[in-house]
Amino acid sequence: MSIPADLKYTHSHEWVKAEADGTVTVGITHHAQDLLGDMVFVENPAVGRKLKAGEECAVVESVKAASDVYAPVAGEVVASNDAVESSPEKINQDAYGAWMFKIRPDNAADVNALLDAAGYEAHVASEAH
Amino acid sequence: MTELKKTPLNAAHRELGAKMVDFGGWDMPVNYGSQIEEHHTVRSGCGLFDVSHMLPVDIKSSDPKGENARAFLRRLVANNIDKLQVSGKALYSCMLNEAGGVIDDLIIYFMDENWFRVVVNAGTADKDLAWMQQCNADWGMNLALTPRRDLAMVAIQGPDAKRVLNEALPGADSLTETLKPFSAAALGEMFIARTGYTGEDGFEVMVLAKSAPFFWKALMEAGGKPIGLGARDTLRLEAGMNLYGQDMDETTNPLESGLAWTVDLKSARDFVGRKALEASEITKQLAGLVLLDKGVLRSHQKVFTKHGEGEITSGTFSPTLQQSIALARIPLGIAPGEEVEVEIRDKKLKAKVDNYPFVRNGKVLI
Repeated sequence: MSIPADLKYTHSHEWVKAEADGTVTVGITHHAQDLLGDMVFVENPAVGRKLKAGEECAVVESVKAASDVYAPVAGEVVASNDAVESSPEKINQDAYGAWMFKIRPDNAADVNALLDAAGYEAHVASEAH
Repeated sequence: MTELKKTPLNAAHRELGAKMVDFGGWDMPVNYGSQIEEHHTVRSGCGLFDVSHMLPVDIKSSDPKGENARAFLRRLVANNIDKLQVSGKALYSCMLNEAGGVIDDLIIYFMDENWFRVVVNAGTADKDLAWMQQCNADWGMNLALTPRRDLAMVAIQGPDAKRVLNEALPGADSLTETLKPFSAAALGEMFIARTGYTGEDGFEVMVLAKSAPFFWKALMEAGGKPIGLGARDTLRLEAGMNLYGQDMDETTNPLESGLAWTVDLKSARDFVGRKALEASEITKQLAGLVLLDKGVLRSHQKVFTKHGEGEITSGTFSPTLQQSIALARIPLGIAPGEEVEVEIRDKKLKAKVDNYPFVRNGKVLI
């Protein structure tokens, strides 16, 4: 599956979408869900929580394993997607549609420092070896 | 990195698009798509598992009356081999060390007094074989112990397993119709056992390695679906079956691992580990847990009970129950129905102690 060109990415396999209102939407990549397998549990950060960049803030669990999700940028959680908590399999079905939470970044420019699609593709390829 | 070992069905798994993983040094399929769908297939239809990484060992006697083979096993394993009197019957047992720890759990098939077949776990196969050979020498038994890496093993499991096997092996129906659970029959080099690790009806069939790809294809054409080791684990845990290395190992007492039913202390046999077991103080039990809060139980999570702490030995999300279940080693005196707490990350979540198996023959038992 191709990696969407309009998103940004982290080395820890989150995708990040910069929204027009200045917030960023976060989920885990198709590659990450493929590694984990069938999702059975999602726990999002509480709305209002202040996050540091790289902080563990959410958990996804498949039948096989639990995996932490990290804050791509510093900021405050402004929304959390209950739909993926009640139906974790949505992440398997559509990883780039099933967003997990939204952050209002402390510094809007932080998003620019994340990986672009080509950079993420190279990162995934490097992990395969 | 040393190269992973491959079963005779490795190419078949790759053609099917399986996700392959390093499983104790073996290149094995963890799933062929969705692990949860594979799980449901075994509960409702027929699943096929490549279990060729497990090792059959033939124990043959040089003594024409074959008394040596039985005498060897009488002393080697914790269950009583003399329960096997009818040809083809199987026995589940632990093989213990002198300290009473579990070297491995295994199935022993009694074919005749000159031929017992033992099937051991993949990860412990080398250690097991060395131990058995050492005992054979120390006890002067003079038995021939032959590891059968020339065989492949396929498990055919689920309510539709018998039909699939009959269709894949024309003529097998006369045997499968009469083969009792936990029994086996040999047909030349083919060995058909009505055993498994899923809690469903089914068979484990050993064939010569070179015939395995053809046999696998015939089973698939008959409607069997390939199932990876991921679903094998959720199926066995729902069925309340122990996994070596998680629920017990060389450091654990089988009597604290839910395996008392496999340890025969009634007969006068002097088996390896008996003295240690009889001298041991039993303070723990293996219990089933069902998570009441949301989350997933995993091995090594701490369990808090009114009589002290315990630990989860195996935990997963149960696709049949749609909630998380586990086996846990907890203090004695905690009864089914009681609530305990499990530490998951930084939280303490509620779980209920339950009898296991959780699921058998497609039915929920809790």
